[in-house]
Amino acid sequence: MTKERRQILIFLFFAAAVLVTPLFLKGSYFLNVLIFIGINTMLAVALNLLLGYAGQISLGHAAFFGLGAYISGILTTRFPIDPWLAMMLAGFCAAGLAFVIGFPILKLKGHYLAMATLGFGIIMYIIFNETVGWTGGPSGLSSIPNLHIGSLVFDNDWNNYYLIWIFTLGVMLLSINLSQSRIGRALRAIHDSEVAARVMGVNVRVLKVQIFAVSALLSAIAGSLYAHTMTFISPVAFGFNFSVEILTMVIIGGLGSIYGSFLGAAILTMLPELLRVFQDFDIIIYGLMLILITMYMPGGLISGIEMLAKFVMSKIRGKQSNA
Amino acid sequence: MFKNVWKIFFALAITLLMAGSVIAAPQTPIKIGALFSVSGPAAFLGEPERNTAQMLVNEINKAGGIKGRQLELIVIDTQGDATKAVQGVNKLIKGDKVVAIIGPSTTGESMAVIPIIEKSEIPLISCAAGIKITDPVKKWIFKTAQNDALAVAKIFEYLKKQKINKIALLTVSDGFGSSGREQLVLQAKEFGFQIISDETYGPKDIDMTAQLTKIRGSKAQAIICWGTNPGPALVARNVKQLGIKLPLFMSHGVSSKKFIELAGDAAEGIILPSGRVIVANQMPNKDPQKKALLSYVNSYQKLYKIEGDHFGGHAWDAMMLIKGAIEKGGDSPAAIRNQLEKTTKFAGIGGTFSYSPQDHAGLTKDAFVLVQIKKHAWTLVK
Amino acid sequence: MDNSRQLLQYILSGLSNGAIYALIGFGFAIIYNATGIINFAQGEFVMLGGMLTIFFLVFLHLPLGLAIVLAITIATLVGIAFERLAIRPLKNAKPLSLIIITIGASIFIRGAAMLIWGKDTHALPAFSGNDPLYIAGATILPQHLWIFGISILIIILNRVFFNYTIIGKAMRACAYNSYAASLVGIDVKTMVLLSFVISSAIGSMAGIIIAPLTMTSYDVGIMLGLKGFCAVIIGGMSSGLGTVLGGLLLGLLESLGAGYISASYKDAIAFIVLLLILFFRPEGLFKKKETERV
Repeated sequence: MTKERRQILIFLFFAAAVLVTPLFLKGSYFLNVLIFIGINTMLAVALNLLLGYAGQISLGHAAFFGLGAYISGILTTRFPIDPWLAMMLAGFCAAGLAFVIGFPILKLKGHYLAMATLGFGIIMYIIFNETVGWTGGPSGLSSIPNLHIGSLVFDNDWNNYYLIWIFTLGVMLLSINLSQSRIGRALRAIHDSEVAARVMGVNVRVLKVQIFAVSALLSAIAGSLYAHTMTFISPVAFGFNFSVEILTMVIIGGLGSIYGSFLGAAILTMLPELLRVFQDFDIIIYGLMLILITMYMPGGLISGIEMLAKFVMSKIRGKQSNA
Repeated sequence: MFKNVWKIFFALAITLLMAGSVIAAPQTPIKIGALFSVSGPAAFLGEPERNTAQMLVNEINKAGGIKGRQLELIVIDTQGDATKAVQGVNKLIKGDKVVAIIGPSTTGESMAVIPIIEKSEIPLISCAAGIKITDPVKKWIFKTAQNDALAVAKIFEYLKKQKINKIALLTVSDGFGSSGREQLVLQAKEFGFQIISDETYGPKDIDMTAQLTKIRGSKAQAIICWGTNPGPALVARNVKQLGIKLPLFMSHGVSSKKFIELAGDAAEGIILPSGRVIVANQMPNKDPQKKALLSYVNSYQKLYKIEGDHFGGHAWDAMMLIKGAIEKGGDSPAAIRNQLEKTTKFAGIGGTFSYSPQDHAGLTKDAFVLVQIKKHAWTLVK
Repeated sequence: MDNSRQLLQYILSGLSNGAIYALIGFGFAIIYNATGIINFAQGEFVMLGGMLTIFFLVFLHLPLGLAIVLAITIATLVGIAFERLAIRPLKNAKPLSLIIITIGASIFIRGAAMLIWGKDTHALPAFSGNDPLYIAGATILPQHLWIFGISILIIILNRVFFNYTIIGKAMRACAYNSYAASLVGIDVKTMVLLSFVISSAIGSMAGIIIAPLTMTSYDVGIMLGLKGFCAVIIGGMSSGLGTVLGGLLLGLLESLGAGYISASYKDAIAFIVLLLILFFRPEGLFKKKETERV
């Protein structure tokens, strides 16, 4: 079986598991948690495209998430625009913004790029906070309508779960496709060495901006979905802290691995629940996880699981050959 | 092939294992949920609120519970984050199956959970100040914290008596500050005041001299600062630093000893509206709240070694209101809601509450008193 | 009142904030020049300076001078621990990994501070009282004078150290080319450690002298660190005059922007300036352009 076919098969297995899970969780609070895991997975995968594949660091991704949420929110509360149309507009606006600032920002590398994206993120946050007439400012924007298809309204956990996860699965599939294509190979070339990639004929400058725009688009769509599910948004959720959280999800899960992004998103979303007793420890644990995983398991937890799996398989094979 | 399947399997297995610990929910007596911002930027609200609620539940249980049944308080720390508040409220309602909820601590979080509460039909008593929480009235939402509208009215009445009519505003750009600013602007028109200067500052700003310099150069006769610690303390210091001699007013957001501690000498002479609790000892004996105030202050002091404050009082009122409702009507969510709506003349910490189908906030401007800081202590302004 | 009085007030406030940004910026520059790493955790050392001093002063009732010395010492020890445990093992890691590690460290230090000292804000008493001084109609506090004074002192010490002492020159050699430096016998590892020592010490000192003005809590490090970084970018990552000018310029722009344009967008000003510099002149305003060999 070719590598590509194998990847598709694994994805189908995963998708099936996702679609079947709610049947076991009817009426449970955990369904609600899974919705947030879905949104976070979408964000982590979007960042992974930029960070894991193309190797460009962004510390301001929450800004695109917020932009999508606010554009959707504003267009559907202050104007009578259809939520689905608003979502598309939100995506385009985010992609457009990413395109415009992408050219100057992606000329930078390493720390400078990190700081520039951080600065961008904070500027957007301040704009969300201060343009009270549009965004409601720090008091937030409420009464955002739910999405609906015909008479099916997405206003409860069951419906929202499927809504969010269908989008999330779509984004994951897109990433798989991308990584298997010419573009994916070009991105990995850029990650390794921009100069070499350029020599080989890859239009590095444009490609970087394109992937930045795609990443922004997906994040904005996640933001739009978030707005319509929560029906209330406020700038707090779109600040620097959340940008770092998304980054942490990607790093912990494993750069370049979309299932790693899912794992990272799942762990970080559920961490506050598990730490209920040791609430104040969560910041320290984030920091420790970042440091330890980067130092000792640079491929993220996914690579750790791979190593574990290899180890177990080799033991099994070892026993078989001895028997 | 197997290697990759292992990956997915482990990823899902870990997820489900963690899920197990989240789903498992024990079954027990009357369950009251609480959403407090115990950590994070609004910890000065959530922590005393949680302490107070916990203290009360223990006292009630020790005295035999309500109608013989023990109370169980389930507190969720929202960290002042609306998203966590939404997740929390879902957990309380669907996972823990509570019959009533106290909190959240902030206006932003309260607004976020309202749609869910209304749909789930569980009564909620918010401890946040925003007037929008109960105006317009929502069937299942009540609040115990005094509306910022009432605080503004109290200050403006005083200003009118002092014949001041040109004011400068300096408000913080967060939910509390922006809500207060809305009220200040709205009521200034009614009182005939002129807003000479309308400045804002960020919650993490370390220097407000730029805004105050502008105010110093204007014709304002008084400065009203609306925010929560540490910002207003910085403002007070900056005012002194710039040699500004105008009267300085603050909001009830700083009615705690912490403000005096942070502002130091710069706090002298500042006037602000507050619940009666911080001047409990100075209240006349015939004040209907005095008994409740003193009992609260003393119990809190005994248990937590610091004074019970204005914010913890919101949780006290919410808890006692629920207790009263259950005693009179029963412990189903609908019964609690109905009894709450019928509650009148309840003398609590924040004021004397009288709810009705049109009024789920229950207080008038007499809920506030005006206090002034003299020699690092609170004194009642008559 | 007069516009000139207002202007003077803005300038004074801007300069004193700018001095702080410059000090914090030094910390970034020194580590970067010795190791090529941007230490995201720099802001946390500023926080540690203030918080530790308050801890010693208020809870252990030590005299102010002793508290300050102890605070700087402990902050420096934390810096050394950080270098040893997190930086040294990753000498040859990708820039991305180093960025993540320093971010992780900054989160960790902040979380530890929150656990140990709580989330409250604390005030440090001013070194020489709170009565404002009047200069041509504008006011400053004695604490501002301390800030200016100590900043100038540190700047002078820096200059002397890097230009006139063997160790300082050795550190500069490492910055230019660590391989060549090791060939002439410079112990690069020690230089790296030393850079962390100096940065943490300067950073914590900055935190201490500003704490009486702005009060301190476990999360002041984030913004201060970022603004310090802006200062050093404007100044071109120099450990000398460039960063000082960068810091002062940033402070002035912020103060004037807040006064004349809009106070709400004050923080945005710093970051817009940052982005403009990074886009158009990433080597800073005060340095000659360099070319990079591929």
